[in-house]
Amino acid sequence: MDRQTNPDRRMNLDIDWTSCQGHGLCAELLPEHITLDEWGYPLLDGTPVPARTVKRARRAAADCPVLALRLAPAQAG
Amino acid sequence: MTATFPDLYMSPRLLAPGAAPADLPTHHQRYGPLSHGDPEGVLRTVAESGLTGRGGAAFPTYRKLVSVAEAGRRSGRAPVVVANGAEGEPASRKDKTLLRLSPHLVLDGLQIAAHAVGAGEAYLGVEDGATWLESALAQRSGDPLPVTVVRLPKSFLSGQASALARYVSGGAALPAHPSPPVRERGVHRAPTLVQNVETLAHLALVARYGADWYRSAGTPAQPGSALCTVHVAGHEPRVTEAPYGLPLTRLLPLEDASAVLVGGYHGTWIPAREAAELTVDAGYLGAGVLAALPVGRCGLAETARVLRYLALQSAGQCGPCLNGLPRIATAFAALAAPGPQGTVRTDLARWSGLVEGRGACHHPDGTVRLVRSALTTFAAEADAHAHGHCTATDRTALLPVPQEA
Ligand SMILES: Cc1cc2nc3c(=O)[nH]c(=O)nc-3n(C[C@H](O)[C@H](O)[C@H](O)COP(=O)(O)O)c2cc1C
Ligand code: SF4
Ligand code: SF4
Repeated sequence: MDRQTNPDRRMNLDIDWTSCQGHGLCAELLPEHITLDEWGYPLLDGTPVPARTVKRARRAAADCPVLALRLAPAQAG
Repeated sequence: MTATFPDLYMSPRLLAPGAAPADLPTHHQRYGPLSHGDPEGVLRTVAESGLTGRGGAAFPTYRKLVSVAEAGRRSGRAPVVVANGAEGEPASRKDKTLLRLSPHLVLDGLQIAAHAVGAGEAYLGVEDGATWLESALAQRSGDPLPVTVVRLPKSFLSGQASALARYVSGGAALPAHPSPPVRERGVHRAPTLVQNVETLAHLALVARYGADWYRSAGTPAQPGSALCTVHVAGHEPRVTEAPYGLPLTRLLPLEDASAVLVGGYHGTWIPAREAAELTVDAGYLGAGVLAALPVGRCGLAETARVLRYLALQSAGQCGPCLNGLPRIATAFAALAAPGPQGTVRTDLARWSGLVEGRGACHHPDGTVRLVRSALTTFAAEADAHAHGHCTATDRTALLPVPQEA
């Protein structure tokens, strides 16, 4: 199994709704996983972030002005 | 005043007969002495009993006890135990009734739970009756762990586990992001066990009489009994103890009902003829609220009033909940009035999808459950309203909603 598709390296996105201000930056940085709802808040597509996208996802998380976007290892299996 | 008929469906387990509050000598006379046993033994007995939480989610109590005990060992911090007597649900009376009539059963259970997880602090959170509970505590000189009564602000949310843990820690009574969970980091950042007061009362009896005794009520899949608050039009709400598996028709008369609200304001409307086939089931009982809507009253109007209350109770912390719940409540109010409905029903469906699962707590999810069940159960009324008709003949409100400040 190559490291691009290895399920052990996938990550899940998670929003801390008590912090998120709907800045929408995350949707610009990670459009294939995050869109915005009609009020400007992020809608996650619910799929794990594949290994090849994890680096960009980390950027998006670090760039969220209130650090509301988080990454956690996807459950194996 | 809430009427109590503790021994109508089974011999009373939790509620004092005669609806007289039990002081400590009466309590000991009734239930016998409490022995704490070793923590391992207590955990084993709780596992065998199949006891589940009575705060709404019916989560296995054994699993929560074990995970808090383990988090304590892992973190090297003594856990905190919080008895949840908030009962923020306006239609529920069972926890207040239990705390008034059988406070020592809850306090016994709190000591057992604290012992089982190796807790170093214990709290009892309530909105009402704190002074009465402090006087009950003052009678108990033999308790290994002192208990602090915490007076909670009156809100639908103050009993949500993370809001409660925050408030006990000195913060606001607002829910927190669910990760890490309170069982790992709660009150004062210590692993925290939050347990509904009724769960603790059952725990006190499981510790005394064992798992087989506990399982002698209820069904093999759902052993035991639960306190229910039953609303029937024209009567005071009634708190009663019912074994799981009991037909709902034994708890509330359905001949003159069009629908039943099962599980309270985060619960489900069910047409009366379907409810007549159901039993007391932890899958939808929630915290035990049952309300029979009489024929001739408008379930849409009832739901609209409750939704307005629920929207106002949103802590307003989470964007989708802050934006969605008031819109849902306003749209539902339009549905509850006869007249053109425009896009109201598609708006409700879309907004329900947008708030579900998108908050720090389950308030949006519970609210959506109520909305969807009302749209299904009262679809015919909604159609009539769309054509300018209303089938209701009686506008008296059934479900209690607190006055707005
Ligand atoms: C919005 C909201 C309000 C809640 N209010 C209460 C409450 O008033 N009392 C209660 O015991 N549990 C309440 N809960 C459930 C608690 O979060 C928690 O699950 C429960 O106290 C755990 O105890 P149990 O396992 O003994 O049921 C609420 C949950 C939510 C989402
Ligand atoms: S960038 Fe952060 S604050 Fe903005 S929408 Fe995304 S998660 Fe929310
Ligand atoms: S989901 Fe709603 S009620 Fe729950 S914490 Fe967020 S804003 Fe408050």
